[in-house]
Amino acid sequence: MNSFHRYLLKRLVYVLLNLVGLSVVVFCITVVLPGNAAETILGRYATPENVATLERELGLHRPHHVQYLDWVAGFVTGDWGTSFRHNRPVFDLVVTRGIRSAYLAVISLVAIVAVSIPAGIIAAVYSESTLDAGITGLAYVGISVPEFVTGTGLLVLFAGPVWSVFPAGGYTPLSAGGPVEWASHLVLPVITLTFLSIAHLVRLTRTEMIETLQSEYVRTARLKGLDERTVVLKHAVRNGLLPTVTLLAMNVGYLVGGVVVVEEVFAYPGLGRLLVGAVLHRDIPVLQATVLLVAGIYMFANLGADLLYTYFDPRISYGSSAR
Amino acid sequence: MGSQHTGRRSTAENALRDRLKNGLCEVFANRRCAIGIAILAPIVFTTVLAPVIAPHNPTETHMGAQFAAPGGEFLLGTDHLGRDLLSRVLYGGRSSLVLGFAAAGVSMLVGVPLGLASGYLGGRIDEGVMRLLDMLLSIPSLLLALLIVALLGSSLLNAVLAIAVVYTPRIARVVRSSTLAVKQEEFIKAAEARGESRVYICFGEILPNILSPIIVEGSIRIGFAILIGASLSFLGLGTQPPTPDWGYMISIARDHLWSTTWYWLWPSLWLGLTVFGCNLLGDGLQDVLDPQSHVSKRP
Repeated sequence: MNSFHRYLLKRLVYVLLNLVGLSVVVFCITVVLPGNAAETILGRYATPENVATLERELGLHRPHHVQYLDWVAGFVTGDWGTSFRHNRPVFDLVVTRGIRSAYLAVISLVAIVAVSIPAGIIAAVYSESTLDAGITGLAYVGISVPEFVTGTGLLVLFAGPVWSVFPAGGYTPLSAGGPVEWASHLVLPVITLTFLSIAHLVRLTRTEMIETLQSEYVRTARLKGLDERTVVLKHAVRNGLLPTVTLLAMNVGYLVGGVVVVEEVFAYPGLGRLLVGAVLHRDIPVLQATVLLVAGIYMFANLGADLLYTYFDPRISYGSSAR
Repeated sequence: MGSQHTGRRSTAENALRDRLKNGLCEVFANRRCAIGIAILAPIVFTTVLAPVIAPHNPTETHMGAQFAAPGGEFLLGTDHLGRDLLSRVLYGGRSSLVLGFAAAGVSMLVGVPLGLASGYLGGRIDEGVMRLLDMLLSIPSLLLALLIVALLGSSLLNAVLAIAVVYTPRIARVVRSSTLAVKQEEFIKAAEARGESRVYICFGEILPNILSPIIVEGSIRIGFAILIGASLSFLGLGTQPPTPDWGYMISIARDHLWSTTWYWLWPSLWLGLTVFGCNLLGDGLQDVLDPQSHVSKRP
């Protein structure tokens, strides 16, 4: 087992430990919440007898640790319980909604990279120019304006009184409305998410590129007589973009929050809206499953980014940088 | 860092006072800080004075004057219930500002001692605290906030607590790494040799020397706390109606976009400017106080 494998194993163990910790917290919600699950389901019909019967049916009378282990076993085998609110298996609900959110997240992530890295490189190459000021300024506005403001602004411009080009919200499945109809519902949410997340990537790409462009080896490449285009694109970009890989993984975290809010803005029936509905209506099985799933994806995305980073940068040793 | 000739207390105090004085001058000289303050000062001022300067009661409805355009009796227009938008925007800043400062404050109150203890004591305590904080950090911010709101119920106070929990680990980490750097210094060794208590060393010797990163971190966190708090209100999980709140106003304005866009514009403008001002101020403070650590920070 070499040092890389040991590092990988250690990181995997940490991710699993974090997930176990989170699952305990998430499970505790059912125990701590005022009014237990049986009362919540029964609502107006929560007579003491009814509650007792349902508690027995749901297994709520058993000790907490037994319930927890049972719940974890169910989660691992795909039995995620039944939604109080939708009266459907949580697994089906989460998968259907999750795929829709995944479209949104993946397309946005691609758009973020496609916009921010070239923008950052341009800002660095023409640093201190008006173009640079414009790009950095716009990126700064992007961080300061919350996604629900940008999103609603886009609705005003493109789906309302000004130009009614795109649908104001909702979703049409690919199979029902064809690709154009499907994509028309995604355009505005994707623009919103992209605008929200490019700022940091632009700024980081710019700083890293400026630093790299001033380094010894770039000067050597220039002195060799290579044209500026080759110097920037072939030599500088490679090194300058390393830290952006890590930041991209961090962006997945903001994207999670962004997706939740953006889905609400555009009434997009994805995982985020499901989650907000679950919080509002205390739909606990849905809440538990969604939080665990999304946090799990985020943790693995981070792990993946760290591994990519170490892969690209051979100077990093695995032993000491385990954190 | 400190010459020990003149007695440690007075040296430390003088150094601190000098640094604060120079710091304040530099803060106002920094362009980003100056612009940030220029944006924030009027907003904070008018928000605090809302009861005095607001022309109407923010929850008073004027039937027959719904969706009034700006101008006349209602300077910024009215909403779907005929409530004065200017008054609502002015009052609406209160929950945002309270939330920003309170959440940042609570997370500092918990995060600073945690980071100090973890960094200075090291060993098992450090390991345990950091594992726990890492777990909290491994959950996306808004997701964690939602989880806590689900647990506690939706209200302004619970939103403050939720955001404080989200930011405590971030503050504790900054404090811990700064503590680790200062811990090696001679004057800490001297204090240990004098037999000072650990509590004194943490709060009397280390803390004054790591104020810069703490101030920078805190100022950045206020902006983000306002942002995430507004998001919670937008989702209907923060401030509860009829209390005016920027995030909640924007969420309702979305349903009336065809009738009026002013309703959406004003709270968006105020919220955007506030966060923009906080970000500028935070970045400027970082330039002034902590120029080495220009790493990107976000929620």
